[in-house]
This record gives sequence, structure tokens and C-alpha cells, in this order.
Amino acid sequence: MSMNLLRLFSNRKASAPVARERLQILLAHERGLRGQPDLLATLREEILAVVSRHIQLDPEKVTVRLDRGPTVSTLEVDIEVPNNFEQTKVHAGRRVGAV
Amino acid sequence: MAKVLVVTSGKGGVGKTTSTAALGAALAQNGESVVVIDFDVGLRNLDLVMGAERRVVFDLINVVHGVAKLQQALIRDKRLENLWLLPASQTRDKDALTDEGVGRIIAELRTKFDWVLCDSPAGIERGAMLAMRYADEAVIVTNPEVSSVRDSDRIIGMLDSKTVKAEQGERVTKHVLITRYDPARAARGEMLSIDDILEILATPLLGIIPESQDVLRASNVGSPVTLNNADSAPARAYFDAARRLMGETVDMIVPTERRGLMNRLLGRRAA
Repeated sequence: MSMNLLRLFSNRKASAPVARERLQILLAHERGLRGQPDLLATLREEILAVVSRHIQLDPEKVTVRLDRGPTVSTLEVDIEVPNNFEQTKVHAGRRVGAV
Repeated sequence: MAKVLVVTSGKGGVGKTTSTAALGAALAQNGESVVVIDFDVGLRNLDLVMGAERRVVFDLINVVHGVAKLQQALIRDKRLENLWLLPASQTRDKDALTDEGVGRIIAELRTKFDWVLCDSPAGIERGAMLAMRYADEAVIVTNPEVSSVRDSDRIIGMLDSKTVKAEQGERVTKHVLITRYDPARAARGEMLSIDDILEILATPLLGIIPESQDVLRASNVGSPVTLNNADSAPARAYFDAARRLMGETVDMIVPTERRGLMNRLLGRRAA
């Protein structure tokens, strides 16, 4: 009782409901991801495989990033290609043109 | 039938070791034969909380590697003859534990004790995985705080997928033990309530351990809180939790500090 009166005067809002809501939203999201293979790792691997068919790449120079926005998310793929890639033959008899 | 119970949490510092010692002692005080195992290889502390730090000769890793027999590594509690400790190694790293070795030791302990309590290290790495691997039951120690609840949720997911029971299509029986709970702050809306936590984690409650100075006082002197001050609020809460583990139905209350008349009149906290 006295505590409630105190809060009335101190104008401090209860923070527990905020904690509860944040947790509910976060855990709903995390539980959805659980048990699924790592999406970014899979994407990175497959992108690397496709591009490597045409251009010799350093696997370390491939980064895949996913930024979650409130309405849309962006998938950012950053591949560093060596300058002489046009001369690099990957498969016998096949040359790779400019991309 | 022996029961293997893991005390786990994901997050560090929430009271796993304190709870392992207190629940282990409380079960033993109720006449059960109990062994508590420290799985925190490299950072052992259960020996210290139990007051057996100077009696460690061999450890879990020594037994896994066949350097010592189980009987040589087990330390009997000085106060309770049916309470035993299997300490972790302080010098080796967590990779020294093998799945097969841990399985062998747990199987052997099952034949000798009513309860095998596994004190998990924090995190979700190898040590934590092995601590829960062979469990029949799990106590998930949770503080009323967002990061602890989130990590508990993660650990619950692992208990449902990475344990031997889960792989066999069975279920580990899970219980949430809420520690460091402050009923006054929860009533003021400054702390997640018990209902909030249980609703979020969707796991039954084993007990509510109130925040108390008695916990530190007990670990200072190397005694499980149920042995050090059996009348204290946290000790009574751990006794209730232990009786629930044994299958009894016990009303869920948050024990409060018992204050003397003079202290109450003067509004002082018991020192």
C-alpha cells in the first residue's frame, strides 16, 4: 500500500511489464530459428560455390550479412574479386568475361 | 531407482553451484543417498561451496581417464554421511571430458546412489552439454532478470534436443528454480514476477529461493545453506524444493526472513 502510494508520487513506471514484453517478442523469434541450419552460413557456402564456378575466389573474402529492419530486411553479399580475374581460368577451356 | 539430475542455467552467476550444494544436502538430510558432481572443469567451485576444497585428491577427469577409481575420487561430506562429492579438475581443460567416459561414470554412480546431481558450468559448450547429456531431470536455475530468462529458454531447448533422453524420444523432466527473488520488488513491478517467468518458459516451478544474505554467509564458511542455517528463508525454500523432487506435494510459498521482536520494533535487519 505504502509502496503503491510512493510510486504514485515518484512517477516511476513499473519496468517489469517492459521486460516481460521484450522477452516474449525475442523468444518467439529465437524459438523459430532454433533447430534450423544456420541460414547465413548456408547462403555463404552456396553463393561461394556458384561464383567459384566462374571466378577463382578467396573463400575468406566472401561476407554475407543480413540486416533486419522493422519492415524489410537487407541481405548484403560482399565478394572481393582479384583484379586479374578475367584472365583466371577456372574450368579447362572456359574463360570468364566481365561481370 | 537412481535419478540423474542436472542443475543448469546457461547464464553464469545465477546460483547453480549454490543450488546444487543446497539441494544435494537437503536431499541427504531427508535420508537419500546423494552424490554431487562438479562439471565445471578448470573452474571448479562446488568443492569450495561444500567446504571440501582441502580434501580433493582425485577428480572427475582422473576417473574418466582411468588414473583413479571412482571410490578414490569420491569425497564424503563431513557432516552428512550419505552426501558425497565428485570434484572437477582445476588444471585440465574441458576437452579432457569425453561423452563415453562421462556416460560410464554416471552409469556406475546410478548403481550406488539415489541421486546423482550434476552441477553444470555456465554457457552452452562441451562441459554444459556433457553435464546434461545423461540427465533424467533438470533444474533450470533462473534469476528474475531478462538475460537469465532468455538463457534458460535456450537451455530448455537444448534439454529437449541434445540429451540422451531426447534422442531416444523421451523427455527430460524439467523444473524451473527461481533464485534471488525479491517479493517486494516484484510486487512493485520492478522485477519479473513468478507468473511472468513461468508463462514465458512454459516449465513447471520447483521452488522460489528468496534473495538472502544467508546464501553468502553459508558459502563463506563452506557449508550448503540448508546445513549452515536450516531455519533461514533460503534453506526452507531449498528444503521445500528437495521434497518436491522426492515427489511430495508442498505448497508454494516464498519463505521470508524470521525477524526477532526487537529487530522488528527497531526496523532493523537481522545481522
